[in-house]
Amino acid sequence: MKTEVKTLDFNTDWEYSPALESTDHIHIQEPTDLFISGEFIPGVRGKYFETINPANEEKIANVAEAEKADVDLAVKAARKAYDNVWSKMKPTERGKYIFRIARLIQERAREFAVIESLDGGKPIRESRDVDVPLSAAHFFYYAGWADKLEYAFPGRDAHPVGVAGQIIPWNFPLLMAAWKIAPALATGNTIVLKPAETTPLTAMKLAEIIQECDLPPGVVNIINGGGNTGQALVEHADVDKIAFTGSTEVGKFIMKTVVGTGKKYTLELGGKAANILFDDAPVDQAVEGIVNGIFFNQGHVCCAGSRLFVQENIAENVISKLKERMETLIVGDPLDKNTDIGAINSKIQLDKIKMYVDIGQKEGGSIFQSPCSLPKMGYWHAPTLFTDVSQSHRIVQEEIFGPVLAIQTFRTVDEVIMKANNTPYGLSGGVWTDKGSKIFSLSKKIRAGVIWANTFNKFDPSAPFGGYKESGLGREGGVEGLMPYVNLV
Amino acid sequence: MQSGTPTYTRNIDQVNAQERVTKLFSRSIKKESKIVALNTVLSMIDLTTLEGKDSQGKVKQLCYKAAHLHDQFSNLPNVAAICVYPPMVPVAKKALNGTGINVASVATAFPSGMTSLDTKLEEVKTVVAAGADEVDMVISRGKFLQGEYDWVSDEIAKVKEACGEAHLKVILESGELVTLDNVRLASDLAMAAGADFIKTSTGKVSPAATPSVVLIMLEAIRDFYKQTGKKIGMKPAGGVSKAKLAVQYLVMVRETLGQDWLSPDLFRFGASSLANDVIMQIVKQSTGVYQSTNYFSID
Repeated sequence: MKTEVKTLDFNTDWEYSPALESTDHIHIQEPTDLFISGEFIPGVRGKYFETINPANEEKIANVAEAEKADVDLAVKAARKAYDNVWSKMKPTERGKYIFRIARLIQERAREFAVIESLDGGKPIRESRDVDVPLSAAHFFYYAGWADKLEYAFPGRDAHPVGVAGQIIPWNFPLLMAAWKIAPALATGNTIVLKPAETTPLTAMKLAEIIQECDLPPGVVNIINGGGNTGQALVEHADVDKIAFTGSTEVGKFIMKTVVGTGKKYTLELGGKAANILFDDAPVDQAVEGIVNGIFFNQGHVCCAGSRLFVQENIAENVISKLKERMETLIVGDPLDKNTDIGAINSKIQLDKIKMYVDIGQKEGGSIFQSPCSLPKMGYWHAPTLFTDVSQSHRIVQEEIFGPVLAIQTFRTVDEVIMKANNTPYGLSGGVWTDKGSKIFSLSKKIRAGVIWANTFNKFDPSAPFGGYKESGLGREGGVEGLMPYVNLV
Repeated sequence: MQSGTPTYTRNIDQVNAQERVTKLFSRSIKKESKIVALNTVLSMIDLTTLEGKDSQGKVKQLCYKAAHLHDQFSNLPNVAAICVYPPMVPVAKKALNGTGINVASVATAFPSGMTSLDTKLEEVKTVVAAGADEVDMVISRGKFLQGEYDWVSDEIAKVKEACGEAHLKVILESGELVTLDNVRLASDLAMAAGADFIKTSTGKVSPAATPSVVLIMLEAIRDFYKQTGKKIGMKPAGGVSKAKLAVQYLVMVRETLGQDWLSPDLFRFGASSLANDVIMQIVKQSTGVYQSTNYFSID
């Protein structure tokens, strides 16, 4: 059936006026110091780096950079708190502290959301509706486990591991801090956490809350810095466990570093998820799922559905619907409540995305970008998709970590399973079909830690999350998320 | 349908449809965009009275109101149409003479549709002869639920024929179809059979227009346009009494169908009390304060 193209005009006379979230109520410490032993202190050598707003490249605050000596101070504080207080505390009491943190996040949700969007560039509707509520939910969930570990591990004694060194990425700064801190505290460990260099502010706001909660000094320490700070933490002899979320490259380095040291470790790394759309799927809703799968958080999501597989007989329709849907995405000021796609987190990341888009075109892919106008200042990238690509294209193989979707078609179930698994990664996947049997069959055969059926990018504290193959090892969330933080005897 | 079969399923995922609604409805419409939206909403209203106790006097009052929404504000648009029962069509036609406001009449044994096809066609011809510009028919939900889709389709086609020049709005009565799958199928049937508009409900069955039903119908209209090039209108009716909800529906229309449907030619609200709430909001936007409902006429 070939008919002339009927287009819809989304460039309407009626436009939405700016609806900016107010920033009057937020308070950011200037300078933002290290949080060690319950106090905010400058680094030993007094060095600071700037954190900027990626939407306009303006400086937000000076942040203290932790050197090796500061890392040592933080680990010592954590060790002292572990030995003297936290490991000895009654589990019910530990639970109370964690509940208190959860409640304070809820109370100050708006402030957290605004700072998250300022510092990281994600749209306020996501930080408000996803990041912050999920962070509170994680603390609530693990607070509940604190005094019930005997039910999590029946017949065994769960002992804390000791001092946990935790390194988190810039894509979900507060949420990743919650994923790391909550289970570690619940199981009786103490913590040195290092947020990402480009997004330190919500973690430091969390430090303020932890101080307000009267958590015993040294139980949670938060230090900032780049790769060197992280390396010092990973290499520190008195750290018992490393939890890392970030790139596969750094993950491999960490694995090499800690091997033979007796340190426990969990790694949550990259992904290149297959999102699979069958011809019996509810198409309009599936298109929403594709959009949510790849454009959520500007595509800065390790489990993003960056490889779309559409069954051949519906591909033309789906792609045309998808392009039209992309036209209605609002790209712009992260603090505008109507923004769907915010700023790219950093210059480095923007350059990387542009490089891949360039490669995609050079390798012969057909590109489509939503016709949005991008702001002059700041780091921006239009939602992008590629067709006419295959498993041998680099943009299909490598993690781009941006709003770039690669679309392939398939004919049979076996073919799509083979292609879905044809990747070094294995973090997540999605299946869209009206048939329950197909969902169950596929989810067993795709080698990935999370498979979403008729939805994508949904998270819950009770659901374990983690990868196969080069997407990492260990699980976070759920009962399984307690495992990395206990020694069972 | 008439031009080629679609190559994808029309199954609807209710959970995800609702999620899309939530996302659309969370758009923040403020300042200038709100004023434009409120005025657009007013111009899309089918001011409705459909009660057994309707009198000629009430219909006359309603018609006067249709052309004089709030005379203290001079720039307000008129509503799109008046919607009444068949016996009131001559009254409304006379009262609206020269205003440019359409007369819409329900027909086909509204609201249940429970009578013979001949009787329905006779009724349609009568209201059109009396001057109705638009006819709002109901589908036979019993036949639809029995699976007699061809029967339902034929009936709509015959009513369309009986309408002549008058515009046909086909009421699906989504509250009785229950599932979104059914709503989608009924929408497709109605459009293929000749509907100019598809409409959610009679207002006599609960639930009437719900956001996910409206979304699914708009998406059906989008697919029909893609396949045939024909632009079918949409009318949520029943349950839309607040300005805020009406503006949220405009957002849904804007982001599903775009510019062409942001007009009374292709989008209407079937409502009785919506107009006053919208006017109240417009007055508030200009004065900064909400006024007592006593200042707004209740016709």
